[in-house]
Amino acid sequence: MKKLILLLPLMLAAVMVYAQTKPGDGANGKRIFMRDGCYQCHGTVGQGGLAGARLAQTKLSLAGFTAYVRNPPPGSMPPYRAKVMTDQELADIYAYVQSVPPPVPAADIPILKLHSP
Amino acid sequence: MVDVIKTLGIEYCAANPGSSFRGLQESLINYGGNKSPEWLTCTHEESSAAMAHGYAKIEGKPMMIMAHGTVGLQHASMAIYNAYADRVPMYIVLGNILDINFRRGNAEWVHSVQDVASMVRDYIKWDDMPVTLGHFAESAVRAYKISMTPPYEPVVLVADGVLQEEPIEEKNLRIPRLVMSAPPQGDSAAVQEAARLLVAAENPVIVTGRAARTPKGVELLVELAETLQATVKDQRMRMNFPSGHALYGDPGQLPQSPNVADYDVILGLEVQDFWGATHKQTPLNRFGMENRASTKPGAKIISISAIELNHKSNYQDFGRYVEADLAITGDAEATLPALVEAVKKLITSDRRRVMQDRGRKIAEAGVKWRQAHRETAGIGWDASPISTARLAAEIWAQVKNEDWSLVSFDRMQSSWPTRLWDFKKHYQYIGAQGGAGIGYGLPAAVGAALANKKHGRLTINIQNDGDLNYAPGTLWTAAHHQIPLLSIMHNNRAYHEERMYIQMFGAKFDRGIENGDIGCALNNPNIDYASIAKGYGVYAEGPITEPKDLAPAIRRGIQRVKAGEPVLLDVVTQPR
Repeated sequence: MKKLILLLPLMLAAVMVYAQTKPGDGANGKRIFMRDGCYQCHGTVGQGGLAGARLAQTKLSLAGFTAYVRNPPPGSMPPYRAKVMTDQELADIYAYVQSVPPPVPAADIPILKLHSP
Repeated sequence: MVDVIKTLGIEYCAANPGSSFRGLQESLINYGGNKSPEWLTCTHEESSAAMAHGYAKIEGKPMMIMAHGTVGLQHASMAIYNAYADRVPMYIVLGNILDINFRRGNAEWVHSVQDVASMVRDYIKWDDMPVTLGHFAESAVRAYKISMTPPYEPVVLVADGVLQEEPIEEKNLRIPRLVMSAPPQGDSAAVQEAARLLVAAENPVIVTGRAARTPKGVELLVELAETLQATVKDQRMRMNFPSGHALYGDPGQLPQSPNVADYDVILGLEVQDFWGATHKQTPLNRFGMENRASTKPGAKIISISAIELNHKSNYQDFGRYVEADLAITGDAEATLPALVEAVKKLITSDRRRVMQDRGRKIAEAGVKWRQAHRETAGIGWDASPISTARLAAEIWAQVKNEDWSLVSFDRMQSSWPTRLWDFKKHYQYIGAQGGAGIGYGLPAAVGAALANKKHGRLTINIQNDGDLNYAPGTLWTAAHHQIPLLSIMHNNRAYHEERMYIQMFGAKFDRGIENGDIGCALNNPNIDYASIAKGYGVYAEGPITEPKDLAPAIRRGIQRVKAGEPVLLDVVTQPR
């Protein structure tokens, strides 16, 4: 409960941000994603990897996504504050990673057939 | 000198020529018939040493390298450090002219040094500077023996120019017989205690670093794991344990940092940084360093390692002090037979049932994590630049029915080969640089491919672009000596690890998040690696940017490699 109370202002701020931004522009989001180096850890299609989480088709809402980028858990990724990345840019990036085609299921990729242990 | 060297069974000598060892070079080629060792023409001393590094991890014995005792050793020193940190034998012979009366002109003064090995003494195991031929003979044999006694390490022998070139006047010269030392085993009482802890454990784990020095080491590890029905977490510093085995633990994306949180007894075998393997630190940065144990309370830690037999002070490759409950100094592979026997004797029928039940659960979990990795591989499957998962999967599809050997470290490809391929044999993986020194990749792969050549194995090297730029001349060495090697590039057009660090700091301080490329990116212009390789006489294709073009290119490459030549495919990839 205490944790929830502490998080409330953050959630509220995120919702307010969400309310103030225009709908995300995926094409511009891709440009920013590449320009600002998001792809370096997350991959150019947000596939994730050793250095960064998967972003493609993230289950986070835009508000949650924004809150995470602004205040990531200690030791995960550096915070990207409004001074270097605007709310609108984040909304565009969010639209981009949501627009990435879903992963191809392993069952549909013959060369990923599992060998027997 | 040549007669002595020939008794050691050294197959190759890698070097680029230098006047301080011209006498020995000419003698090896003509008097020695350019056999045992055969001369390998290199284009940089660092490449000579890295070639020897890769060769030794496949062949299990050292290659000889030669260099000037001054400028040549300075060039070679980083690669020697890598071999030292990777516990790899290397037989280094350095030219020098100690007696001032024999130095001809300025070049030989600036190429002479009072204490030849001093520059690398912190990261070699032994050195000597013989002053007579009899002295050379004894020290040459001793050097080989020391290098090949675990922990394996490089050794340095100085070949004085006067001894090389002046007429032989010494009488009664003889060559001492090479008698190898048995590797050091762990104390028998301590091994018994380790067995007791392992058998009594509810959920033990075996963490393997450089445990399997030889193919026998893999067999012994399988026997220990199956006897205990214990998970094996392999750090991939050597080919320790078959990756398709039911007891192989999930490597994750970073096998070097295994998750050991679920285990009550942790057995570390030649684990380089055991503290790091049993602790977590704030990832990515040092903005307030946080350290915490990643083991569960009360977990027992057992270490078996020969590293402590060769601790030095200056370079910090020994890692942080480990508060092990039981620390056994001895070579892990040499200690395993006694440990396996001790474990077998202690297993009661009750414990066997517990272990069998545990083994079933590990196998069930293994099916799930293997499938999860495959599902993850499907993300960005058709992306361009090509994903490292797709790269690994396409290579595997083409090589899995060959007698293959992957001789590159796969961390930079998010460990996708480890996650997708079926590694079984000792020569199918050789680990990393040791000292994390860049410039190892291509020459080590060429050295490993040379060792694989006589066995007819298909050698594969996933080549990082940043690394290739340190030693591209090695491509010529591979072409010149007809060393079959399939190099497939992971070309992310950057020193990418550092690019991420710069990006991280730029964000941390609210500035310059668009500037991560400065000093790190290798673009504008893009480097044409296929043209570079062609210039060195190597068949090459690329840049390949579309996933659909990968499989045909790899098939063409394999055909040429099987015909005996090196091939380079430049593949433009995702960063990681």
